[in-house]
Amino acid sequence: MSQAELTAVPAPRTAPRALWAFGILRSELATTLRRWRTLALLGVLAAVPVLIGIAVRIETGDGSRGGPDGGGGPAFLSQVTNNGLFLVFAALSATLPVFLPMAVGVVAGDSVAGEASGGTLRYLLVAPAGRTRLLLVKYASVLVFCLVATLVVAASALAAGALLFPVGEVTTISGTRIGFGEGLLRAGLIAVAVAVSLTGFAALGLFISTLTDSGVAAMAATVGVLITAQILDTMPQLEGIHPYLFPHYWMSFTDLLRDPVHWDELTRNLGLQALYAAVFGSAAWARFTTKDVSV
Amino acid sequence: MAPNDSAETNGEATGTVVGRRKAARYIVPFAVAGVAAATIGLVPALADSGDPELPDITAQELIEKIAASDEEQLSGTVKVSTDLGIPSLGGLAGSFAPGGGQGESTASPDAKLMELASGTHTLRIAADGPDKQRLSILGEGSEYSLVHNGDDIWGYDSESNEVYHAESDGNERGGKAGERKAPKGVPATPKDLAEEVLAAAGDTTSVTVDGTSQVAGRDAYKLLIKPKQSGSTIGSVTVAVDASTGVPLKFTLAPSSGGKAAVDAGFTSVDFAKPDASSFAFTPPEGAKVTEADELKAEAEKAGTADKAHKAHKDLGSLEDFKGLNVIGEGWNAVAAVEVPGGAGMPTQGSGDVPAQARQFLDALGDKVSGDFGSGTVFKTRLVNALLTDDGKVYVGAVTEDTLVKAADAAE
Repeated sequence: MSQAELTAVPAPRTAPRALWAFGILRSELATTLRRWRTLALLGVLAAVPVLIGIAVRIETGDGSRGGPDGGGGPAFLSQVTNNGLFLVFAALSATLPVFLPMAVGVVAGDSVAGEASGGTLRYLLVAPAGRTRLLLVKYASVLVFCLVATLVVAASALAAGALLFPVGEVTTISGTRIGFGEGLLRAGLIAVAVAVSLTGFAALGLFISTLTDSGVAAMAATVGVLITAQILDTMPQLEGIHPYLFPHYWMSFTDLLRDPVHWDELTRNLGLQALYAAVFGSAAWARFTTKDVSV
Repeated sequence: MAPNDSAETNGEATGTVVGRRKAARYIVPFAVAGVAAATIGLVPALADSGDPELPDITAQELIEKIAASDEEQLSGTVKVSTDLGIPSLGGLAGSFAPGGGQGESTASPDAKLMELASGTHTLRIAADGPDKQRLSILGEGSEYSLVHNGDDIWGYDSESNEVYHAESDGNERGGKAGERKAPKGVPATPKDLAEEVLAAAGDTTSVTVDGTSQVAGRDAYKLLIKPKQSGSTIGSVTVAVDASTGVPLKFTLAPSSGGKAAVDAGFTSVDFAKPDASSFAFTPPEGAKVTEADELKAEAEKAGTADKAHKAHKDLGSLEDFKGLNVIGEGWNAVAAVEVPGGAGMPTQGSGDVPAQARQFLDALGDKVSGDFGSGTVFKTRLVNALLTDDGKVYVGAVTEDTLVKAADAAE
C-alpha cells in the first residue's frame, strides 16, 4: 500500500513496472558498488585474508608449526599451513565478527539516510515505483552487497591460500578426510552461510537508516547496535537472551566443516535471521512508507 | 464561504484517516515479533504435552529391558549439561593438563573428558559393535574426536591440530589397559550413567516407573530412582528408556536441594542404523603433531612431577587404595573418611603455619561446624560435601551437612 499504489495505477501496467523495478535494482546496485567508499570497504576486506596468510607464512617459514600451542586466535589458523583452503575458513571467522558486519552496516545504514541527506531521495520517490518497491530494491541491493563482500573475502583467501600454501585433501574438524573438490564445495556453502548470517543485521541497518536523515548517524547507530549485541552475547549473566541476539549463531558456519554436518545451529541461525529480517524489514516499511520526505 | 468551509472539513477528515492508516502500519513489525515470540513459547509446550501411551511395565521388567538391550549399532547427538555448583572445571583441568607443557598433548582424552564435568556440551556418538566407537565433543569452531577402531585409539583436537594415539594389541601392558578403557572411563552417554546408578542400587533405593515421555522423537518409559533414606544430596535420578529397544535415552540427576538438574544428559537425536564405516576411519592429518601414549608415559616418568594431573585423576578413581580410608554408612548416605597424611588439618589460628589472610580465605570458602567430633569446616557443592576437621580428618560424601557431621560424630 504505497503512495504510488494508492494513486490507482491500472492493472495491465504491472509487467512493465516489474521490469522497471528490475531496472531500478540494477541502477541501485551499480551506484552502491561503484561508490568509492564501497570499493574501499571491499578492498580492506580483500586485504585481510592476504595479511593473515602472509603473517602465518612468515611465522612458520622456519618450519615451526602455525599458531600458538593449544589453539587461540581465529579458528582453523593452525591448519592453514597444511592446507591453503583453510585460509578461507580462517579469514571468514576472522572477518565475520567485525569487518564484514561493519561494511554491511555502513552500506545498509547509508542506503536510505544517505539519499535523504544528499537530497536525492525525493527524486527517487518521484519515479512511479512506490516506496514499498523502492525499499525492497534497497534491501535487495544491501543483500547483494552482503554476498559480494563475503565472496570477496573468500575468493581473496582462496587465492592467497593457494599461492602461499599447499592445497589438497581437506581434513574436516571431525578428523575425517574429504576430497579437495568437496572441500571447495563446502567453502562455497560456508560463504553463503556467512552471507545469510548478515541478512538480519542488514534489515536492522535498513530500519535505522529510515529513522534519520543523516547518513553518518545511521551508519554509526547501526555499527553501535552491532557492538552492543556482541558485548551482550559475551555476558554469561544474560544467557537467557543470547539465543535471540542476531550475532549469537554467526559462528555456526563452522558446523559445515564437521562430518557429518551438524545442522542444528545452522538452521537456528537461518530462522533467527529470517525473524530479524521480517521484524525490522516490516518496521522499516512502516517507517519509510509513512515518512515525510521534505528534503 | 460555505464551499470553502466544507472543503477544509473534508481535507481534515481525510488527513486523520490517512494518519490512522499510517500509524496502523507500525502494528505489522510488532505483530511479526509477537507471533514469533508466541511460536517460540508455545511450540515446545505443545510438543511436551503429548506423553506417549505405552503398555504398563514394572520397574523390574524395565531394568531387565535395559540389561537385555543389545543395540550395538547406534549414532546420535547427546546434550550434556552439568551444574555441580563448582567453578568451571574445564578451565581448571585445562590449567593442569596441557599447562604441564613438555610431554602433555592437548589431544589426550583425560583432559578433554574432564571438561564435560561442567557446563553444557554437545556430543556426537557413534558405535558399531565393541570394536568401533566414536565420541566427538563439538566445540565452537572446533571439535575433539575420540575414535576407537580395533586396536587403535585416536584422539584428535582440531583446534590445536594435535593427535593423540594409543595402541592396544593382544598383550596389553600396564598403562595401555587403562587407555583402552579411556573412552568408557568417564560415563558420558545416558547408558553408561544409567548402568552406573543401577549397579549401585541396593535395598536403600526405591526404583519405580514414573510414566512415559518423548526423547529424541522416540517413546520412552521413565525410570525413577530415589534414595529411601533422607540425608543424601541426591534427590532423584530419572532415566528415560527407549520403549522398543531398551536403550537409555536420557539421564537426569536432581539434587535434593531442588533447582536445576545437576547432571542432565540425553539424546537430542538417535539412530539405531549401522553408522557409516568412514566414521571410524582416522588417519592423522598432515602437519598434525602426533603424541603416542607410550611417549607420554615415558615422558611423565622422566619428568616425575610433570604429570600430577594424571596422578590426581587416578587417585580420584581409586579412592579405595587410599591408606586410612574408611566408609561410614551405606547406600546413598555412605561417607568416606580419609586421614590426611601427616595429620595436618585446617590450620588453626594459633598454629602460625598460615598467615591470617590465608586462613580467612579458607574460612570464607567453607562453613564452620562443630559437634562431638570437635570442630571443622564444611565445603559444599551441589552434590558432594566435604568436612575437614581441625584434627586432620576429611569426610566426603554425597550427603547433606548434617549427615556429614553425624558421620563424623559416629566415627569418634
